[in-house]
Amino acid sequence: MDWIVILHAGIASGTVLLYATVGEVLTERSGILNLGVEGMMLMGAMGAYWMVVNYGNPWLGLLVAMLLAGLLALLHGLVSIHLQADQVVSGLSLTFLATGLSLVFGEGLSKAGAVALLPRITIPLLSQIPLIGPIMFTNQSIMVYLGYLLAPAVWYFINYTRPGMHLKAVGEYPAAADTMGVNVYRVRYQYTFIGGMLAGLAGATISLAVSPGWFSHLTTSGQGWIAIGLTIFAQWDPLRAAGGSFAFGALRRLILDLQGPTTLLGLRNPFFYNPYWGFFLKMIPYAFTIVVLAVGSREAVRKRLGAPAALGIPYQRGQRGL
Amino acid sequence: MQAESVKRRGIPVRIFTEPRIDVPKWLPITVSVGAIVLALLASTLVLRFAGESHPFRAYSSIAKELFGSWGGISDILVQATPLILVGLACSVAFSMRLWNIGAEGQFFIGAFAASAIVLTPIVPPDAPRWVFLPVMLLAGFIGGALWGFVPGFLKAKFNINEVITTLMLNYIAVEWNNYFIFGVWSEGGFQMSPRFPKAAWLPRLADYAREIPQFSGITIHLGLLIGPIAAIIVWYIIYRSRWGYEIRLAGDNPKAARYAGTPIVRNIILAMMLSGGLAGIAGMAQIGGVVRRLQGSISPGYGFTGIIIAWLAKLNPFVVIIVSILFGTLTLAGREIGRAGLSMLIQGIILFALIASEFLLRYRVRIERV
Repeated sequence: MDWIVILHAGIASGTVLLYATVGEVLTERSGILNLGVEGMMLMGAMGAYWMVVNYGNPWLGLLVAMLLAGLLALLHGLVSIHLQADQVVSGLSLTFLATGLSLVFGEGLSKAGAVALLPRITIPLLSQIPLIGPIMFTNQSIMVYLGYLLAPAVWYFINYTRPGMHLKAVGEYPAAADTMGVNVYRVRYQYTFIGGMLAGLAGATISLAVSPGWFSHLTTSGQGWIAIGLTIFAQWDPLRAAGGSFAFGALRRLILDLQGPTTLLGLRNPFFYNPYWGFFLKMIPYAFTIVVLAVGSREAVRKRLGAPAALGIPYQRGQRGL
Repeated sequence: MQAESVKRRGIPVRIFTEPRIDVPKWLPITVSVGAIVLALLASTLVLRFAGESHPFRAYSSIAKELFGSWGGISDILVQATPLILVGLACSVAFSMRLWNIGAEGQFFIGAFAASAIVLTPIVPPDAPRWVFLPVMLLAGFIGGALWGFVPGFLKAKFNINEVITTLMLNYIAVEWNNYFIFGVWSEGGFQMSPRFPKAAWLPRLADYAREIPQFSGITIHLGLLIGPIAAIIVWYIIYRSRWGYEIRLAGDNPKAARYAGTPIVRNIILAMMLSGGLAGIAGMAQIGGVVRRLQGSISPGYGFTGIIIAWLAKLNPFVVIIVSILFGTLTLAGREIGRAGLSMLIQGIILFALIASEFLLRYRVRIERV
């Protein structure tokens, strides 16, 4: 096992989680809980791949993925912002709807064969840095580099810009934000849409860069749900979200590689000799999500941090309460 | 409460919404049925886009096939059997506002536990049916209940979001079963366990075709009876027992439940276990009555459909039965059209239409000319 290869691939696969998690952070910061990430990612993955198969342009694929997932998110927005429905149930309906749509329209895509993918780049100079260079800046997809930029940018935006403050206010105390002249409804629609677009981008990153192709619902295999778990773990902080995503990406990759070698740390590799034990390896990311959530929740209690106060609560202008 | 108005420039009408004080009796059912009809029309539109040239013709031929014979109706009821149980499972958890999205995993573990009784074997293979079936039922319940215990415990003790934990446990349950299907119990390298002995099968009506010829081809099995019995028990527990009252109180008003001194931690865990247990029984019924062995494809997402059924039935155990039959029909129809993901799509649209239309129950909408 080559650690550089594993970490290199882990960064790529973590980028998928990064887009989805940062998107969900933005949505939840505005007070809207969108559980439809898995569905929107599938829709993005399918839409992007469909565009490339039919029109051959991966950039167009990215655009379509973002638009499709964003529109789906707006549907969730309409139902939970103006129609004040339960956001958990609405998010689940979105998951069903988007998963169903992507499966229906993605039929036959899996046989498409080789298509044009997003380019891979090596950054000059940065790739020369020992250790970090070969892992982070050598022969990575362009989406990976965009991810490096996105997380700090969103972090800066939320904490140090005026619209970012408005976003936080809308999620914490919408009535106060409203009094200040912030349009609570519009802000919530905006960030629900942006969160959806980022989930779509995450899906497109899978199908056009990280593990190219369309494998129906196995394309995402639960990563959308892991992203929601990571959002909680990250305490709604984009930088922690990025760190968590890369760690998870590396873990997922490590598990894939654990079955290959005949010896592990100088011992007989049990996963090589009992291939069925691989099923237990596959459980690890999901089990780890639960552990990470437990750690995140305890830390939140200790540091008195927590979810945006108005998360999941519909805002009604002129009514008492949040 | 003041009326709110939405005014758009150029449009000569105003839309007013005002909260309803009381809801007319006929309205909820009208809104629900309307939402389903709208959702089906929307799905038809999607189908048309997805390349199905005559969706309505497809519908009518499917309807003829499903409702035109006893065989078709029996197929619908066989589909409804696990749905009733998972629908009840979700209703129990939702009554306490616990979002158990893990009925699918609990279903798989229930199926696994019932299989373990047969394949380990815990009950000797030559045991009679009246020994096998109750033990399998109990195992299914316990397996599902354990799978519900984990997220319930984490939620009650550490306030860990149960949506994520139940979902993650779904994936873990699938891999757990795969280990046994591919490895331990694999029959001759195939991805399935050996067939259960006859005594471990839930009897089907078709098994009595020799005595009553009309039963030939009717695959309804004993599991269909478990559903209504479970519905009565769940109804009694939730609506007539003290514990059920505490559950509903905690769902409607958590603060009041805390001030009243109800044991919330214990109740969360118990509600999740009961919910998981019911889903586990669904898994047991499916492999005992239909599949008769453990294999990978035992559920087309029953656990997820259960969420929608519970919501559509407004958590009423008896309505769950009726809605399950409707969704059994939808599942079969989706399979007939033969598009992967179609029944999921329709379910998503129905749920969306339903929760969107519930706005009409809470608000009166008036449109006035300006």
